[in-house]
Amino acid sequence: MTTIKQLEEKLELKKLTDGGEAGTEVKDGCVCDLLSWVMARGEEGMAWVTVQTHLNVIAVACLHDFACIIIPENIEVPQSTIDKSNEEGITIFSSPKTSYKLCCEMYDLGIGK
Amino acid sequence: MNDNVLYTRVYEVHKEDFAAAGEASARVKRKLKQIGIDAAIIRKIAIASYEAEINMIIHSYGGTMTINIGESSIVIICADTGPGIPDVELAMKEGYSTAPQNIREMGFGAGMGLSNINRNSDNMSITSSPEGTTIRMEFET
Repeated sequence: MTTIKQLEEKLELKKLTDGGEAGTEVKDGCVCDLLSWVMARGEEGMAWVTVQTHLNVIAVACLHDFACIIIPENIEVPQSTIDKSNEEGITIFSSPKTSYKLCCEMYDLGIGK
Repeated sequence: MNDNVLYTRVYEVHKEDFAAAGEASARVKRKLKQIGIDAAIIRKIAIASYEAEINMIIHSYGGTMTINIGESSIVIICADTGPGIPDVELAMKEGYSTAPQNIREMGFGAGMGLSNINRNSDNMSITSSPEGTTIRMEFET
């Protein structure tokens, strides 16, 4: 089992939010920027890598009970999105790595295997 | 289906209000969790209601989302005030979308909304005219 705290350490992620519980289990990974696609295919406990940073990302993550959201390539996240995620208890991480690299590293940790 | 309605609630959905998009669906989800509805059914309802809510925000002049919780089913009715769907059959096709470019850039407009609703509900119906569109989604509990 991998928690979001372990994910943060192993992938050297930067935590942007105060919300979310460190012990939340990451059950699987998801990389997609089409919100309807994520709505259709998402599963509880996923770590979701996306370049989308607007408010609706939080809505989708909440509705699916995702473990966390990871924004790649240091893309700036609006304060309104961070505020909303704090309110909803969803963790957002940021990373300079690409989506591809982040997913490879998650897979190497055994996530989704 | 005839089912005694135990709880009903109406949420307003406003045109192009992307900041609040998903809030009605999130409230519906919270309510269903509170009353102990099965997680798999909540998931189906959350997906379908979110898609319907987003559709109203993107495509309609606004309207309401009503949830009726019954003894053996949950019904969600999304009713907007226009401008209607010209070709419902075409709109139901996965991949067909009339969403403008700025909406697509936000990750919407994949043309999966109505088919996601259809796939996740046990019964779905659409009536549409220039005066408004009503989508009725029924979920057995």
